[in-house]
Parts: sequence; C-alpha cells; structure tokens
Amino acid sequence: MMAKTPVNFTLNGNDRAAFAEDGQNLLEFLRRGVGDMSPKYGCGQGTCGACTVLVDGETHLSCLVLAETVDGKEVRTASGLSSPALDPLQTAFMEHFAAQCGYCTPGMLVSARALLDRNPRPSREEVIEAISGNLCRCTGYEPIIQAILAVAEGRARA
Amino acid sequence: MIEFRKEFFADERDDDLNEIGKPTRRQDILGHVTGRSPFFDDHQFDGLLHLRCVRSPHHHARIRRVDTSQAEKMPGVVRVLTGKDVPTNLNTLLSLLDFGIDDEPILSDKKVAYRGEPVAAVIAATEAQARAAVKAVRVDWEVLPHVLDVEEAIKPGAPKVLDIYPNNKFIYHGKYDHQKLRFGDVEAAFASADHIVEGRYQMSPIEQAPIETCGAIAAPEQNDRYVCYTSTQALFFSLGTAAKVLQTPSSKLHFVGGTVGGGFGGKVDSIHEPLAILGAMLTGRPVKYAWDREEEMQVGAPRGAERWYIKDAVNRDGRITARKFIGYFDSGAYTRLSSYAIIKGVGHLPGPYTIPNVYADVYCVYTNRTPATAMRGFGITGVDFAIETHMDKVAETVGLNPIELRILNSYRDGDMKAHRREAKNCALVECCQVVAEKAGITLSAEARAATSLTGGGGERARIPNYTATDQNGRVEGFDTGSYARKSGSGPAAATAQPSTAQPARAPQPGSQPASRPASASRPEQAPPRADPPAKPPESRPAASRSGAMRFSSLSGFRRR
Repeated sequence: MMAKTPVNFTLNGNDRAAFAEDGQNLLEFLRRGVGDMSPKYGCGQGTCGACTVLVDGETHLSCLVLAETVDGKEVRTASGLSSPALDPLQTAFMEHFAAQCGYCTPGMLVSARALLDRNPRPSREEVIEAISGNLCRCTGYEPIIQAILAVAEGRARA
Repeated sequence: MIEFRKEFFADERDDDLNEIGKPTRRQDILGHVTGRSPFFDDHQFDGLLHLRCVRSPHHHARIRRVDTSQAEKMPGVVRVLTGKDVPTNLNTLLSLLDFGIDDEPILSDKKVAYRGEPVAAVIAATEAQARAAVKAVRVDWEVLPHVLDVEEAIKPGAPKVLDIYPNNKFIYHGKYDHQKLRFGDVEAAFASADHIVEGRYQMSPIEQAPIETCGAIAAPEQNDRYVCYTSTQALFFSLGTAAKVLQTPSSKLHFVGGTVGGGFGGKVDSIHEPLAILGAMLTGRPVKYAWDREEEMQVGAPRGAERWYIKDAVNRDGRITARKFIGYFDSGAYTRLSSYAIIKGVGHLPGPYTIPNVYADVYCVYTNRTPATAMRGFGITGVDFAIETHMDKVAETVGLNPIELRILNSYRDGDMKAHRREAKNCALVECCQVVAEKAGITLSAEARAATSLTGGGGERARIPNYTATDQNGRVEGFDTGSYARKSGSGPAAATAQPSTAQPARAPQPGSQPASRPASASRPEQAPPRADPPAKPPESRPAASRSGAMRFSSLSGFRRR
C-alpha cells in the first residue's frame, strides 16, 4: 500500500485539504485529487506550459512539482481567475480571438496574470518573455500578445 | 492585417460578406478562458483504469510469442489484452468509405511493421502500475530487414512491408500500382521546348503536435451501452471504426466529443476509442487510453514524407508547355489516409497554372516508418512546395521575375484543368499583383494589365485532341473488392500477377449477430445492468453505406 500525505493549502483563496498519493505531482493532485480541471496535461515534462499554476504568486509547472510541497501554500489556477467576475485578461482573450482549441489557454492566462501582477505595464517584449514557456499550436501567439497588451494598456474593458 | 478586396469577387457573389474583417466571438470561448471546456480527460470516473500499450522496439519484426504471464501478476493489473482479444483485429480507416483493404491490426499478433507498433495492452489501476506491467510483457521477436526510404522500398528485393500490396505499392482502382494523370502529350512538348527544367524536391514527415495528446475514456453505462469521451476530430470515423472492430452495433456506443485540444489532422485515426471501449467491455470498468507526449511524437501519425521529381518544357518567353511529375508518398507501414491524399493531390496537379500537357505517376509507398495520416491540406502541401520552388527555378532559367512568370502561366477563368474540369473563380493573377505591390516589385505593363477574368477559355478551354496513354504499372488479377457490395471475399484469382494473396474480408459491423467478443471472458466486474440484455442479430439497412458514392463525388474518384 502506498503512503498518502495530507496536504493543507489554499486553492484560489479557499482552504482545501486532500491526500496526495506517494510521488504524485501537483497537476494530477489538482485534477484527480481536488477536482480542479483547469490545469492541463500536455507533456508531463515541463515543456509545454499547459499545466502552469501560481504557487505563492510564482508561476510553476505543476507537472514538475511534488503535490506535498504545496502544503501550507497558496495555489492559484485559471479556474480561480473568474471569481467573482471575469478577469480583464479573460475578457481580452475573448475579444481578441486569443484562443482556438482552448487547451493552452488556462496556462497562458495564469502566466499572463503573474506578469501583470508584478508588472502592470509590460512592454511587448516583456509579454513575449512572460508567455515564452507556454506553447500554443493554434493561434500563432499574436492574438494572445495583443490581448495581454490590451489589458496592460488599459484598452480592454475590465 | 487582413485586407479584403471584395471587388475581385464582385461578379461572383451577391452577399455583402459583412462578417469578414471583423472579429467574431467564438461560441466556446467562455469555457476556454475559464478552464471549463470539457476535454476528454476532464471527465472524472470512480475506479478509472489506465491502459498502456506494449510497443515494438523494432522497425520490422515477426512476433514469435507474446508472454503476458508475468505482467498479469503485477500489482494493480486488471487485464492484459493481445490481438486475440480484439473481435476484428484488422482495419483500414477508409473501409468506412469502401476504399482500400483492411491492413492494420489493432494489436498486432503476427508481425510489426513500424517502431512503436502496439502488440499488447495492459490495463491497471494506476498509470504507474500500467507502465511497470508494460515492461514485464515479454515478446519474442524475429527481427526482419527494414526499409525507410520510398525509392528503396520499391526496388526489387526490398523488404516486404505489407503482404497484401505487391512491391510496397498501394493498388489504385484494382488496376495500377500508382495514380495516373494524363493530359496531352508531354514527350512531344519536351522534344520541341526551348528549355527543359528539372528538379527533385522532398519533404520530411511533420508531426501535428497538438498540446492535448490523443486519447479516450470509455465506461459502461446503465443502459447496456458504452460511453466514450474522446479527443477525436472525426467522431463518426471513430464511432464506425469502434463498431466495426468490436463487432458491436454503433447504437450500443455513446460517443461524446467535439472539444478537441488541437488536432490539425492528427486526431482522425480512431486509434484510442476501440481499445478503451474493449477495455471497458472486458473489465466492466471505466478505462482511459491516452498517449503521453513521447508516444504522441513517436507513434502519432504525422503528415507523411513526400518526394517529387518535376520536369518542365518551357518556351523562351516563360510559357510552360508541359509538366511531368513522378511522386512518392511515404505512407509508412499502413495505408490510413495516404491512398486518398494522393487522389486529392493528383487532382490538384499541375498547380494553379494552365499547362497544355501534363503527366503524373504518383505512388503510395509502404515503408517501415510510422504510418502517415491527415494534416492541414495533406496531399497538396508537399507538392505545392515542390511546384512553387520549381516555378522559381523556371523563372531563373528564362530570366523572368518569379511573379511575372506566375502571372503569365496562371489559370484564367474558363481554362481547362488537367483533370478535365473548367477553372472558375480564379484569383491568382490578382494575388500576384498584390504581392508585387507589397514587395515593391515593378511588374511589366502586360502583367499589371492581366486579370483572371480575361484571356482564359477559347483554345485554353479545350481538352487536348490527343492524350498519350499507357499501361505502365498495370497489375493483373488484383481484386480490391468492395466492403459495401461484400465482394472480393476470399483469395484472389489464382492467376493474380504478381502474386497477391488477398486477405479474407473482415466481418463488417452488423453482418453477423452482434455479440460480445468471442474471446471475451466474462467481465471481471460486470457493468451494472437492469436485466440481461437480449442481443438479437441486427439487420443492417441496405442504404446505410452510401459513403462510397459521396466520397467519389467529393474527390472525383470513382471505383472502376
């Protein structure tokens, strides 16, 4: 029988407690153990960025993080961005056609939110750098860059 | 920035095209930005089992024996599947459109023809347990010589990739080992040309690389059906394929799809659904079969490699008078969609240019590489790369600007294309003019004055008086049969030359009593059911397979 480790943490501002399986990564823990399906599996090896989440405000690839290490920490995911209302980034992604299949979108939004939280007025270069760890096969990135810049420049409706 | 020049189409359409040039909100966008769009893997099931495949480490090998006994004793392992567990363990995707012969096992049990081909599947409680048990399956291989290049594969004595197709070539229309296009007489034009321009072009396989890997989850439902959540971009292909290989009426299968994490053609092959459903049937529990990233890259079918030889006859003024193609599509180890891609590609030749003499021999070649499949414009993309690169070479030879050369040779409205359809709604001349303007290239007065609406038709609308034909590549006695007409069962005529042992037609869905797989033992944990289902033989309406005709009309292909 494999060991299970209790993990107490906050998820998008709410206290949560769940058991992590032995060796379970944060991505599987959030999806199977806690039921937050917004982080996505794309590679399981830290290449694609679809599983990006915030741990204590820093972006992390949840497929490379051991679940038990978030004990006592604050985790934010894309599903928490729309509470109570849609994040301006979400609205901007909708208006700028910044998603096609939508699979990379949660991770992309988390990276963009982390950028704007530490730098509300990023340059185009800084936006590109911030999402450089998030792969997208549909859009060619330009609509995503435009959506993030629109929020940064205050052009998007909040 | 998109610039929409509606004036070019003023005489073609009467709508005002008021949606173009404005952003439109996608209907599914709210789910995407909130992370709530239901991808196949976002559906949660209690007691979900994980299926992973045992794969060939060899490009080409005979399977002497598969020993699953150790794997079956591993922790968490619920069931190990091999080829004998699959009711109809042979399929070709386009059999649903009555095109081609079943050639690919679901789980191979006699031999493998590409590296990564599945030979067994382990179903276990966790993914880690499934991975561990996969390593415990022992396969006794007899490694065979392999071939990885299309032109090597068609040489005499090359390793035989598939037994059913002679010389590693797909047979078109039951008659030829390649798809032909003949229009006019290229050899006569070559004899009187000012220039002959030749080129060789090739394109490597290209992986679609969707961010969501391909996969499916299947589970027993309460109503004697199986639900299947899938990443497929071809839901009815997947449904039809699962019904066929599992010998189960499609009414027993409840497919849910439509939320696809990127496909680009790579999610049409219906690989995952049959095994996930079979796993659910044999264990009575929900089963997930999904590729990890390594599998997506190694065994996920790419856009196939292509090699093209092009030879043009060109007048001093840049007018192309003949174009000859010899093309090789690398189908990989099995047919999938390559045979069809070639039909589509040949209909496109010689590109968007009016050339009075055109010849093409295009081969669908089997090699020991990963089977190829669809990807964005497949059948066209590789040869268009070859054609457009060749156009630049022709321009260089005659000393014309490449844009001038294209305008000179462009289709105009009313021209006859090589596949004997009239060109309509042409706009290449206008596109070239805009390209020149944007690139700051000054065109000649004639090129500036050219339009797609004028200069076409007349002489250019005629089918050549004489077209040179031939019997090259003729294959005698090959019976491609028809699934729709249930013909072609059993061995081909004994006179078949070259020898082409035909496989017996695999049973079709509905052609026999729908029952649980013959080899299926009682599920270890029966799916919950109100009462034992009566499974009467189900007759299939005769009109249910009209696919072949619709496919024919789409592609210009007709079975002869």
